[in-house]
Amino acid sequence: MFLREIGVVPGAADAAPVGQERAALTNLSRRNMLGVSGVFVLGLTLAGCNTYVEPEVDADAFDVGDSGPSPLTEVAGGDATPGMWIAIEGDGTVKITCHRSEMGQQVWTSMAQIVADELEADWDTVQIVQAEGHERYGDQNTDGSRSVRYNFHRLRTAGAAMRMMLTDAAALYWEVEAADCTAEPGLIRNNETGETLSYGNLAELAAKLPVPAEDAIKLKDPEDWRFIGQEVPSLTIPMITRGEGEFGIDVDVPDMVYAVIARPPQVFGRTGTVDDAAALEVPGVLQTVRLPDPKPPALFQPMGGVAVIAKDTWAAIQGRNALKLGWRDGPNAAYDSESYGKALKETSRRKGTVRRSRGDVNAGMEAAAQTVSAEYYAPHLTQSPMEPPSGTARWTDDTLECWGCVQDPQETRNVLSQVLGVDKEKITVKPTWLGGAFGRKSKPDFMIEAALLAKEVGKPVKVTWTREDDVRHGFYHAVSAQRLEAGLDDSGQCTSYLHRTTFPSISSTFANGVTSPSAGELGLGATDVPFNAANLQVESGEAKGHVRTGWLRSVCNVFHAFAVQSFAGEMAAAAGRDQKDYLLELIGEDRIIDPTAEGAEYGNYGGSAEEYPIETARLKAVVEKAADMANWGRQLPDRHGLGIAVHRSFLAYVATVVEVKVSPEGDLTIPGVWLAVDAGTVINPRHVRAQMEGGTIYGLSNALYGEITAKNGAIVQDNFPSWRLMKMAEAPRNFEVEVIRSDKPPAGVGEPGTPPAAPALANAIFAATGARLRTLPMIGANGTRLPLPAETATA
Amino acid sequence: MAITLNINGKDETIDAAPGTPLLWVLRDHLKKTGTKFGCGVAQCGACTVHIDGAPTRSCVLPHDALEDAKITTIEGVDGRAADAIRDAWIEDNVPQCGYCQSGQIMAASALLAENSNPSDEDIDAAMTNLCRCATYMSIRRAIKKAATKV
Repeated sequence: MFLREIGVVPGAADAAPVGQERAALTNLSRRNMLGVSGVFVLGLTLAGCNTYVEPEVDADAFDVGDSGPSPLTEVAGGDATPGMWIAIEGDGTVKITCHRSEMGQQVWTSMAQIVADELEADWDTVQIVQAEGHERYGDQNTDGSRSVRYNFHRLRTAGAAMRMMLTDAAALYWEVEAADCTAEPGLIRNNETGETLSYGNLAELAAKLPVPAEDAIKLKDPEDWRFIGQEVPSLTIPMITRGEGEFGIDVDVPDMVYAVIARPPQVFGRTGTVDDAAALEVPGVLQTVRLPDPKPPALFQPMGGVAVIAKDTWAAIQGRNALKLGWRDGPNAAYDSESYGKALKETSRRKGTVRRSRGDVNAGMEAAAQTVSAEYYAPHLTQSPMEPPSGTARWTDDTLECWGCVQDPQETRNVLSQVLGVDKEKITVKPTWLGGAFGRKSKPDFMIEAALLAKEVGKPVKVTWTREDDVRHGFYHAVSAQRLEAGLDDSGQCTSYLHRTTFPSISSTFANGVTSPSAGELGLGATDVPFNAANLQVESGEAKGHVRTGWLRSVCNVFHAFAVQSFAGEMAAAAGRDQKDYLLELIGEDRIIDPTAEGAEYGNYGGSAEEYPIETARLKAVVEKAADMANWGRQLPDRHGLGIAVHRSFLAYVATVVEVKVSPEGDLTIPGVWLAVDAGTVINPRHVRAQMEGGTIYGLSNALYGEITAKNGAIVQDNFPSWRLMKMAEAPRNFEVEVIRSDKPPAGVGEPGTPPAAPALANAIFAATGARLRTLPMIGANGTRLPLPAETATA
Repeated sequence: MAITLNINGKDETIDAAPGTPLLWVLRDHLKKTGTKFGCGVAQCGACTVHIDGAPTRSCVLPHDALEDAKITTIEGVDGRAADAIRDAWIEDNVPQCGYCQSGQIMAASALLAENSNPSDEDIDAAMTNLCRCATYMSIRRAIKKAATKV
């Protein structure tokens, strides 16, 4: 089977330098160096392409060097069999499989950098093949900021293995030792004669050689990296600037029709009366389809409703507007986010379930010279990718093909199989580019809608969510209420720290009756708190979910970091200390934090405690760096303030300093942001800077303007601007990012920029005005100014 | 009834329902999907095209009112301003997911064609397109860089 280790690509003979390739192959054949003839009838496989074909080849044809199955199927991180990840065409084109979804984090480029570096590929020859959803690739769930972390080692291994096979092929051809050959970009050089053979010319011969065993593979010394750690140009951006590239909403299948769905306003509300007469009169409308009412738990099910099928999207939207529908109340009909928020706050005032504890927090409070307490509230949010969800499905007899902007094509395939009762082998799921995702597109409900409708209609169907659908029928970020209390000693040092957090768990979307947050959710900024108070306790309260609660960029870290790092600022103020100095002291001496030693169940983002410990030294280092960058302590103009926050999430350490200017009336401008990130080994610093900028603005935008509310079980907001995002004019004018150089294992970067943004902003507003804003959003969709208490307006 | 629209310098015959916004004619009828749908209410700017050179949100623009107009989309926009903007976008790695960037490029190239040395305030006023990836800082830097090239 090793013959498919280097894919030989169908159509390669059509590629440009055919003559050159043929000449080389003829040359190889003439020398008959391997004692085999006519062996070039290789299995045709392009690993990872949308139509994966198992090679059909006669086993007798490759008796040369047949060492059996790949020895690299179980390296750290998964299968590193080079043929699954790399195909080299006769013209030298290097096709690299990307099994993660491209959603703006530049994963096409970063995955390619890792492979191409070890492969010694010529970057100009690199192309990406987007993998369909399949177990052979291992984890494809593109969330949790872990594409690089999960795949760094195995993709290096795959690239290195193929480089060695190409080297071996050249050595055989020249009848020299492999050690006498050197891989250079796109070619192998004979060290003695200076002759070279291109990868394109060597590919077929290399394909007949055994895949090296893992212990024989020598990965490059980091000093010799050419792409890893470098600002390699993007593989997607040139296409983007010409409107090329296919997003989910762009998918076009012959004979396709377009669907837009009217969904019940309440989660688990049901479809009642349906009058589609006027809808069917709309030009272009073809039919309507009633979708089944879902039953709890929500899982990734579609939410029911009535679909309008039309000849184009606009007709479908117009048809939906013309539907006369009567909805029936469901179990969430009474949901009112305002009264719910009050109940959450009440819960956080009572003792909850202890999730981490050291010392005696009550005794610590009693012994304190002064106590500080504060309550924080953060509303539901929606991910709001600029591309709303969109999925396309086509049935051919009993096989199903789906295309769409999915973060997890493998799970999408699993769910489609379960919901539709179709064997998984008969389903293909092909991810397009994702026009932003932020967690929304890890939920494939829209793909199931497309598959159900395509089956019913008997034609390929594209389901497009309008912005109203995206805002009203989302998987929302949890609303939360938190109470923090601290006891400070005579010197102002925190000796007792209590954090109570209450929010509906994401688990309530997936199981009935869940009212308590999971350890995983609490490990996102609550139970992993790095403060050194002698007495410390983290508690969680009970809360029932009434909407679909889901992941949003950095998840519970958003509200936990807001509360914990705002509270650090409040403690500093109570102690009469500088925010930054106080924060460093709160973190305390250099050490490794182990929440499990204090009773916490802690998952550490799936990273081992050995490889990815919580290191206070790294937290403090980014604090110092960000403060230096911001020239912390400098004389500020009147009504300006600096705020700082630090947070470790997704195994990366980020400190953010925000400068604000606040007028006496509450008009806010953000002249600058300075951010330091330690994410361990970095593949492309440019990507990291972009994610830090984007993650920060995501956090600032939500903190200032973002709020989803519900009345009578229905979401109140519908579109921009009732759901409001930060614009250019409101964004910081100056934004500096420092990526700390590190040879530690790679950490996440897609999400960690978000958590420190809101508390740094809140601390800056406090510094500028003396006003402590503990309720989000600070301004809201319709507001123009910060709500400064009267007594601070002239502070 | 079919009408003819001039899109990217080429006459295209369109047979869409009266009142259908240009956005959906481009995307669904002509398969020019570079112009994006983001909100449908002219708030986000993902659908920005040039109508006689002016940046215009196509999601609320009835296509049948454009028979005398020159329509330019991301697939067809060219000239010194657009070229400089594209170059700066690539050089500075401006886009992240890229979904809003067709609209951003159409807005930025129209700005630069009109004003070869835009101030921060000019950029704020012209660049009201939403970007959830928040490429705003990069866009501002790239517009200024492009301005030095036109």
